Amino acid sequence: MSAVTPPLPYRVADTRAETADSRSVELVPADRELPPFSPGQFAMIYAFGVGEVPISVSTLCGPHGGLVHTVRAVGAVSTALYALRPGDTVGLRGPFGSGWDLDAAAGQDVLVVAGGIGLAPLRPVVHAVLDRPAAHGRLGILVGTRTPDDLIYREDIERWRDRARVGVAVDRPAPHWQGSVGAVTTLLDAFALRPDRTHALVCGPEVMMRHTARVLMGRGLAAHRVQVSLERNMRCATGHCGHCQLGPLLLCRDGPVVGYDRVARLLAVREL
Amino acid sequence: MTDLPPLLDFLPLVQRRRLLSVALDVSFPVGARLFDEDGEADRFWLLRRGEVALDVRLSGRQPEAVVETLGPGQLLGWSWVCPPYRWHLGARAVTGVEALEFPATDVLALCAADPELGYALMRQFTGVVAERLQATRIRLLDLYAPQGSGPR
Repeated sequence: MSAVTPPLPYRVADTRAETADSRSVELVPADRELPPFSPGQFAMIYAFGVGEVPISVSTLCGPHGGLVHTVRAVGAVSTALYALRPGDTVGLRGPFGSGWDLDAAAGQDVLVVAGGIGLAPLRPVVHAVLDRPAAHGRLGILVGTRTPDDLIYREDIERWRDRARVGVAVDRPAPHWQGSVGAVTTLLDAFALRPDRTHALVCGPEVMMRHTARVLMGRGLAAHRVQVSLERNMRCATGHCGHCQLGPLLLCRDGPVVGYDRVARLLAVREL
Repeated sequence: MTDLPPLLDFLPLVQRRRLLSVALDVSFPVGARLFDEDGEADRFWLLRRGEVALDVRLSGRQPEAVVETLGPGQLLGWSWVCPPYRWHLGARAVTGVEALEFPATDVLALCAADPELGYALMRQFTGVVAERLQATRIRLLDLYAPQGSGPR
């Protein structure tokens, strides 16, 4: 979508606590419906009277048939969205941006690497791959979080273990934690990466994505086989205002998902 | 021996066989301590199955703090490579562990007799240490804290 559109009213159908500071919010159209989203695309969500932020879709069709977004309360707008309750109304624009290129991964292994709440934009990818198991090879899901309590989608992750190679690593283990401790990249060995037939989809803090991409390339994965989801200050989401510019890219339009071969150099430039 | 850790893939077949000739198949039950901090670092392992937690002693009565876990396919132990040849951390089996154990004395003798093998092995170890160093640095940035990862 490139045209500037007014926000459409969407009603909160349900909310679900994910962690102490993050919540999934399912939105259903109050009247007219936005065009369908694809995995990796984002919506601009307007908390009336507070402001608008870009949030990726974490489930394309929730329990009530709506779009699910997972929000972490870190700023004024996201805190307002975090505080939403069923029946509340927000404004929604979208779908915006490029999604994950699953066609490029057709017939190939798919490796999902997520850091923190970066798992949210990747969850539709996991659903899409699990829904069409014949379309891809093996599915690996590697998740890194700060502590065990910061892990989102716990029930999903347990379900995914039956059908994918799943690893979760935390930076700071709690006393009860029996899982992996360390950087998310330490989980790569358990996936047994096949560099010539794997596509990696990475989302998380930018430093984590750069580190992950470098480690993957060190294991023989070509840069064009690594997709990352980048964030910048997205305001208009239509490629006009320029706030989200990264070199030649306007990430609201050309991103947020970009091949690492296109952005590796750009991410190394200071104050680009 | 089957199901070899991919860490050995870098070696030509002849050298791989030479290295494996000094290896022992070992296993550890859940909770077993493989080594303690400051103990003599006289061997290393290539993990085939199970998880091992690397830990550090804390003062007082607190249990050891886990700083990293290693799993199948990964290398456990590099303190034998350089002085003072003491373990920097402790290691405990989180699950039942199966591994290939390599005595440092034997490996160093092989390296002395075959410098090509020694060079390849040290390059491999350097790579592993460098990767872990960088992963540790990244973790120190506290990336996943709200202020670290930014708004989404």
